[in-house]
Amino acid sequence: MSRIAGVFSALRDQGRQALIPFVTAGDPSRAITLPLMHAMVEAGADIIELGVPFSDPMADGPVIQRASERSLEHRTSLHDVIDMVSEFRTTDPHTPVVLMGYLNPLEVMGYAAFAEAASAAGVDGVLTVDLPPEEAEGFVETMKAHHLAPIFLLAPTSHRARIERITAAASGFVYYVSLKGVTGAGHLSLDSVRDKLAEIRSCTGLPVGVGFGIKDAETAGAMSKLADAVVVGSALVSRIEANLEQPQQAIADIKTLLGEMRSAMDAN
Amino acid sequence: MQNNETHSTDLPDEQGHFGPYGGVFVAETLMEPLDELRIAYEKYLRDPDFLAELDADLRDYVGRPSPVYHAERLSRELGGAQIYLKREDLNHTGAHKINNTVGQALLAKRMGKTRIIAETGAGQHGVASATVAARLGLECVVYMGEVDVARQEANVYRMRLLGAEVRAVSSGSKTLKDALNEAMRDWVTNVDDTFYIIGTVAGPHPYPAMVRDFQAVIGRESREQMLAMTGRLPDLLLACVGGGSNAIGLFHPFLADQQVAICGVEAAGSGLDSGQHAAPLCAGTPGVLHGNRTYLLEDRDGQIIETHSVSAGLDYPGVGPEHAWLKDSGRAEYVAVTDGEALAAFHRLTRSEGIIPALETSHAIAQAIKVAPTMSKAQSILINLSGRGDKDMHTVAAQEGMTL
Repeated sequence: MSRIAGVFSALRDQGRQALIPFVTAGDPSRAITLPLMHAMVEAGADIIELGVPFSDPMADGPVIQRASERSLEHRTSLHDVIDMVSEFRTTDPHTPVVLMGYLNPLEVMGYAAFAEAASAAGVDGVLTVDLPPEEAEGFVETMKAHHLAPIFLLAPTSHRARIERITAAASGFVYYVSLKGVTGAGHLSLDSVRDKLAEIRSCTGLPVGVGFGIKDAETAGAMSKLADAVVVGSALVSRIEANLEQPQQAIADIKTLLGEMRSAMDAN
Repeated sequence: MQNNETHSTDLPDEQGHFGPYGGVFVAETLMEPLDELRIAYEKYLRDPDFLAELDADLRDYVGRPSPVYHAERLSRELGGAQIYLKREDLNHTGAHKINNTVGQALLAKRMGKTRIIAETGAGQHGVASATVAARLGLECVVYMGEVDVARQEANVYRMRLLGAEVRAVSSGSKTLKDALNEAMRDWVTNVDDTFYIIGTVAGPHPYPAMVRDFQAVIGRESREQMLAMTGRLPDLLLACVGGGSNAIGLFHPFLADQQVAICGVEAAGSGLDSGQHAAPLCAGTPGVLHGNRTYLLEDRDGQIIETHSVSAGLDYPGVGPEHAWLKDSGRAEYVAVTDGEALAAFHRLTRSEGIIPALETSHAIAQAIKVAPTMSKAQSILINLSGRGDKDMHTVAAQEGMTL
């Protein structure tokens, strides 16, 4: 069983949901990322989404755009991000890591070269925001051949035929984007999420994570009643941005927020 | 729009591919809206009522057909091929951009959209979008990089006069590519009531094909006009290429005419070797940006590189996927000319013909100045004079150390 499947299976047995934090690798420095990943696991993270910075993050709001810019100021590359996972794995062999980003850095590295390096480093899944399944045939095959889960997005605009097509290509879990907008937007509607998740679940047995618009313990707790996993990104990254000169404070603030979310989710 | 027999190629395929280029590379939220747009575009480009309305607008509002002008004095001076200019600078708003915005705005209206968004670099596409939005009574928001807002003040004011809201974009390099990112973010947020008018033949399918089809009126008219004026087709087509919409508009109806050589002219900025340029076809590599696979200026980590050109309209790190395909297939050739060569051509056309071209267009003129003397007087070159130079007065004056 893959690490991702193992996590979801264990959580299901316990009647709990996965907490999946997102941070951009190398934001604001390379030195912070590794201790931050370990701290997030301590605070209750089940899976880590590690952002690969890109110069043109079209689907991201201002908070994560600026994280990408900060990371690219010191030229964090896809190779660097893979190295970070490799180092993380030396002391944490259990927590799944999903790389999240845009297609072009993977295109330039080459799918096969990327998959080989990422797999060897202990990466578990890959989510490329701007790669819909229509364009992903060769990509999906290559990732699966190297035991990497291709993770796809579903959106409020995805009709049933698309949901079926996407869940057929996906593995690990699927990621439902809870609103029409970019990351960090604030207009979440639980009722519409509930309806869409029912439709998604009727198409697939894969766990369904929900992200976009989850910013505190209250929204995380409410969402965990509906989904198998809760993804939080901009709320964490904004803690980094507020403490650019004090990385230890950023880590402490993120741990506090994740701890509150964990408690709210487990109280359900 | 009825005359489709000159379309020599069936590309793109159903998924928007031109060989390995093009396609749809966007976040999931935009997949259904793009499909809805594709269906509407395919339906209305065959709809006689829509085409009649479009043709009437192009005639009465844009001022089409634009003339082809024989630049006899310039031809004589260069001592080689006869030079003909397709006068897109005479269109309403002063450039070819309006051909596309008129078409997309009619489509927006048919699709029941009430809000228009657009990205702009130099401001020409922004002005053309604000213009059609004003005419149809649609709300209009134009995204423009902070750097471009500062260097194109007059166009910003024009857009505001027309009732558009201009939003300055402060992310990334603060230029055209970042304006496009921000427009995409707006679209993904307001997708129910908003129509995104992309100004060039880039972006996800169906934009590269749709914008080409709206701009192909340039080539269709030119083909007939050249046959009427000279009794034969031109030997060489020249057009400047940023995203590539004026170029593909001229080239596409000639693709099947194998005797017609086709050449696109990119911006070499301070020179291709300087690293300060905007010439992805001449000096870039394939990658994925803004919804399609194409040639890009990127570093070895796959990050997009900042570009440089004296002309804001060519200052873009990508290029339409059909141009990438025409390059690889060998049907078209792509070259680049420097800022200095373009400025010299700007002055040359102004003095020899009394036509002040846009700095973008001046790149195509510069290439004609290079190649016309190597051709015979019986041969002809057709240049797409894509826009007028009024917007560039400040830039050209600044190059000469003057402030207006």
